[in-house]
Amino acid sequence: MTEPVAASGIGSLAWLLLALPAFGATVLLLGGRRTDKWGHLLGCATVIASFAYGVALFFDTIGQTGERTSELHLFDWIPVNALNVEFGLRLDPLSLTFVLLITGVGSLIHIYSIGYMAHEAGRRKFFAYLNLFVAAMLLLVLGNGFVTLYFGWEGVGLASYLLIGWYQYKPEAASAAKKAFLMNRVGDLGLAIGIFILFKELGTTQYTEVFARVGELSAAEVTAVTLLLLLGACGKSGQFPLQAWLPDAMAGPTPVSALIHAATMVTAGVYLIARSNPIYNASADGRLVVMIIGAVTLLLGCVIGCAYDDFKKVLAYSTVSQIGYMILAVGLGPVGYALGIMHLLTHGFFKAGLFLGAGSVMHGMNDEGNIRRMGGLWRKMPITFVTWTLGYLALIGFPFLSGYFSKDAIIAAAFSEHGWRGWVFGGAAALGAGITAFYMTRLLFLVFLGKARWQDLKSEDGREYHPHESGLTMTVPMILLAVGSVGAGAFFASGDNLANWLAPSLGELQEQHGVLDHNVVNFLVLGLSALGVLVAWLFFGRSAQPVERPERVSFVVRAARNDLYGNALNEALFARPGTWLTRALVFVDNKGVDGLVNGSAALLGGSSGRLRRLQTGFVRSYALSMLLGAIFVLGALLMVRFS
Amino acid sequence: MTPTYYLLLSALLFSLGAVGVLVRRNAIVVFMCVELMLNAVNLSLVTFARINGGLGGQVMAFFVMVVAAAEVVVGLTIIMAIFKTRRSASVDDSNLLKY
Repeated sequence: MTEPVAASGIGSLAWLLLALPAFGATVLLLGGRRTDKWGHLLGCATVIASFAYGVALFFDTIGQTGERTSELHLFDWIPVNALNVEFGLRLDPLSLTFVLLITGVGSLIHIYSIGYMAHEAGRRKFFAYLNLFVAAMLLLVLGNGFVTLYFGWEGVGLASYLLIGWYQYKPEAASAAKKAFLMNRVGDLGLAIGIFILFKELGTTQYTEVFARVGELSAAEVTAVTLLLLLGACGKSGQFPLQAWLPDAMAGPTPVSALIHAATMVTAGVYLIARSNPIYNASADGRLVVMIIGAVTLLLGCVIGCAYDDFKKVLAYSTVSQIGYMILAVGLGPVGYALGIMHLLTHGFFKAGLFLGAGSVMHGMNDEGNIRRMGGLWRKMPITFVTWTLGYLALIGFPFLSGYFSKDAIIAAAFSEHGWRGWVFGGAAALGAGITAFYMTRLLFLVFLGKARWQDLKSEDGREYHPHESGLTMTVPMILLAVGSVGAGAFFASGDNLANWLAPSLGELQEQHGVLDHNVVNFLVLGLSALGVLVAWLFFGRSAQPVERPERVSFVVRAARNDLYGNALNEALFARPGTWLTRALVFVDNKGVDGLVNGSAALLGGSSGRLRRLQTGFVRSYALSMLLGAIFVLGALLMVRFS
Repeated sequence: MTPTYYLLLSALLFSLGAVGVLVRRNAIVVFMCVELMLNAVNLSLVTFARINGGLGGQVMAFFVMVVAAAEVVVGLTIIMAIFKTRRSASVDDSNLLKY
């Protein structure tokens, strides 16, 4: 990690990156209906302007010599005795890479949304939320300390909640938004506690100081911090065991899915771990856990992706699994940080393209998401088909497309670990590549190729399907993303372009030779992927497919259709005990606390009601009680006198 | 005659009065029983005065008579008023002042 210098020149205006989309969101949210006519244009303009500025900043930074790391101090945010959190931006290769990805892909998705959301009444509000999302994500990657990162982290959570729940009148969208928010809170708790530990032990949360002083922490503390940060990453990036919110988030509009999945929210976890690389370097145990989580998640996502029939949910599980690859890569340590980021970037292109393609298909198919009701669409939507297929080829690692470079590099790096680790993690990653090829090919066959199964069907609202190509605002971003899916990998990988560029932030990319050689891995992965494609063709390409999904399936498929019981597990482990606890507390409150208060009142009230009966109104009974009282007093006096 | 007999008579009269107050319903009779109790007390006051050889008890007895006379005036008036409105002199009938 290198000492940053104060930002100067064009970098001293870096706050504009954040301020532009934030300004757009503010105007659109405060302006209300008056901005309906031009709101979407403002939303796009701010993000594109931010992107343009990011590009300028990028070239300015490339032009610099030396470490290319600078910080821009904006103001003192939280000055309290021992704690002084400054609000500043850190401009280094890592954050600039993310800035380009977020604003670049974000711009394309903004433009696409103009067409996709054209019929929505509250479109400008949608653009306000998108702008908010981009602004929060930029704050997350640009902040120069953990607290600033946390601010952006929460902002992203809020924006995702608003966007996933966009169709709030649909119960599943509302509950998906809530689920995303809550599961993210679980992860955020880990991140927050991690930051607290850093503050308690080091007295600072600024990256520069924390990373310079990692050595002062004990081994246990470092491991604890790495695990807690990992928990935060799991929540945001949909990693096991907090993966369940991601597929549900498909209930939001498709551009949102693309934005969340490709460029912004889910990449935050990978960013967090890559950014904290000096801490992770200090703890081999912590990195091992990161790798395990990554490997488990990538297989889990693959297996479940094979069983779903919803277009976007298959892609969502594909994202879960690809993020698993990235987490695995950053868990490998100095061998893998840059590879994880590289896969993140290429994935940003092709996954955004795949999602926008899915949106385009659904747009033309009356919002139908069931792939079994599609088929043969390539004739009707040639542009969508070609761009989607390019993204698909990039994802399954077709030679010399972007996924080939980034994913295979990760698998090779996993195999280059020593001993059992190399075999286990490399094997898991290679197996995942094969399964990925299988389920993505299944999608291709069911959606675009094969017999058209939609001709005799009607959509839920009773209309016939008239699939058609989408408008220019939607196809142009798809084409641009397809170009990125094809070329980005080769560009990043050639001469270790990206790794060298990121070296000031992540350290030099290290070579390591473990259980399998790179070339062997290359052939192995290609073979497995080809096998996956072949098997998919045998099952789904060769014969006509039924419109209803087969119910008589093996145990594995049934488990996969149920998310491998991830939801059931979460419910049994966390939701139910939580419910029981709250029920018990409510019981104690109702019966115990309220009972005590109400009971004492009832006791007094009841007994006084009984005592009141003594006031009969009969003079003679009063006389009797007076007499008895007198006798009692007299008797007492005599007792005292004569005893 | 020892004064003890006077005291015994006084106790007897007082008890008779007390029982009368407790068991009779007619307000006039209750009133007379109260008078009986007052007289029993007067008797014991006078007897004690005689035992002690002073005049204090006898003076007290006069006071009791005066108070009793005043009380009779007020009490009889109340009984008359109640009788006028309720056509009854029973003490159990006027039991409105209850819980």
